[in-house]
Amino acid sequence: MSVKEMALNTTMLNELESGEWPSFVTDLKEYSKKKPVVVQLLNQLEDSYQTRWNYWIGKILNAPGYGGGIIARVSEKADVYPDLANFHTVRVIEPPGWVYSTDALRNLADIAEKNGAGILQFHGMSGDVLLLGFNDAGSLQCAEDLMSNGWDIGGSGAAMRTLQCCVGQARCEMACYDTMKMTKHITDTFIHYLHRPEFVYKFKFKLSGCPNDCANAIVRSDMPIIGTWRGAMQVDQAKVAEFIDQKGMEYLIDNVLTRCPTRCLSVRGKELVVDNSDCVRCMHCINVMHKALKPGKDKGATILVGGHRTLKIGDTMSSVLLPFIKLETEEDMNNFTDFVEKVWEFWNDNGMDHERVGEFIYRIGMLTFLKGIEVEPDPQMVVRPRTTSYIKFEELGPSRFEGEREQNPPVWNREPESRESM
Amino acid sequence: MPSFELSGRTYETDEDGYLINLSDWNPEVAAYVATQESVNMTENHWEVINFLREYYEEYKIAPMIRILTKAIGKKLGKEKGNTKYLYDLYPGGPAKQACKIAGLPKPTGCV
Repeated sequence: MSVKEMALNTTMLNELESGEWPSFVTDLKEYSKKKPVVVQLLNQLEDSYQTRWNYWIGKILNAPGYGGGIIARVSEKADVYPDLANFHTVRVIEPPGWVYSTDALRNLADIAEKNGAGILQFHGMSGDVLLLGFNDAGSLQCAEDLMSNGWDIGGSGAAMRTLQCCVGQARCEMACYDTMKMTKHITDTFIHYLHRPEFVYKFKFKLSGCPNDCANAIVRSDMPIIGTWRGAMQVDQAKVAEFIDQKGMEYLIDNVLTRCPTRCLSVRGKELVVDNSDCVRCMHCINVMHKALKPGKDKGATILVGGHRTLKIGDTMSSVLLPFIKLETEEDMNNFTDFVEKVWEFWNDNGMDHERVGEFIYRIGMLTFLKGIEVEPDPQMVVRPRTTSYIKFEELGPSRFEGEREQNPPVWNREPESRESM
Repeated sequence: MPSFELSGRTYETDEDGYLINLSDWNPEVAAYVATQESVNMTENHWEVINFLREYYEEYKIAPMIRILTKAIGKKLGKEKGNTKYLYDLYPGGPAKQACKIAGLPKPTGCV
């Protein structure tokens, strides 16, 4: 039987077609009528399901002058599925906020189909557009075609990855800074880091306009930029009264006041009283009473650092690095990118191969890291200072900054933790 | 196994053209591989190759890209100590193409 006539074998994959939701198996089966290579792709995946083994292995393929952008994948089962011998992925840098015209999408689809299997993935985990299924020549031609049509590739390997942001001020009233503008600014400033990997490992930014964190920045990026505000949140008492009239006082108490994690809300008559000094920007009250409440007027962003999935150490979420910065003017944004260069410099000079910045901080200690990037420690940098070993103040242990790494002081030698000892 | 012949000697390579026996390397081989890669070797190219060789002999591992750019920057001036300079010399990438010409082992994978 020739490869061209290979029949679909998808016993286990068929299970993924059941249920109400759309299925990639259904889509690819349909598509395989047009592109026979997809039959081989599905069959290899079926084999993987049967044998619980992944048959893809990597190799290196560069577009001329580019170190990133093409993720080369070869199949170990190329003797059975010859067209999967080279089945590479091309990473396209996406527009901020994922806003496309239909023309742009058609253009991407045409380029993908002309040069390879034409499977599109919107979007990868780092926010990029993935075009799947090119052989060596096809990958290079695809990169060429993309660039002559105004697209650019990049963001693979030990490099800065493509950015991802929420729609921000373009479509959302909660946004505390212009996420799309900031994404563009960082992409433009650091475009060479997207093209040519030169870090010890990957580095991801994700930008959310407010603490609702629609871009999942805090868990999924090395440096989340999350919108926040200083001072009091905006309260429209007339709208509060309207809310109470419509939903009732009980609803307000059960769903807003008692769900405030720091109990900083109370109600006097039909007026909402907010103790702003206790507010932790959880956004719950603002989300429920979105007509009456709004983020404060003095808006900016919190810069965090260190989130990643399990690799050397377990999953970590990011923790605060800069509690509040303004991101309004060109100067603000340039100050931020200068600061990022400093972080990169210290991390890349001292980090080990394949060490994310979060793991690096875990290894050397937050205080050492802060000294390295010349940032003063701040109580906001961790949720509960002195109840976690993640941050260490100098008086609690010997300095690790110069010379050999020393053992943490044993628990019984530490000062008892109390608010007074801060 | 693929191979090429040069001045009456046979050199074995893998399917991508990397030397099997790393001790086979000599400048003549480098020049030959460079022509195969369509790289026109200048003094600047040789500086990178020589650094790679020295580093490999000392540490038995190809240097990380950052170590390479910093070393080049130190030697030839800051404006050349970046990846753009290296990719201008070796469009196929310093890891892949320069290592091949320098007779270093084939770099594996991207992750």
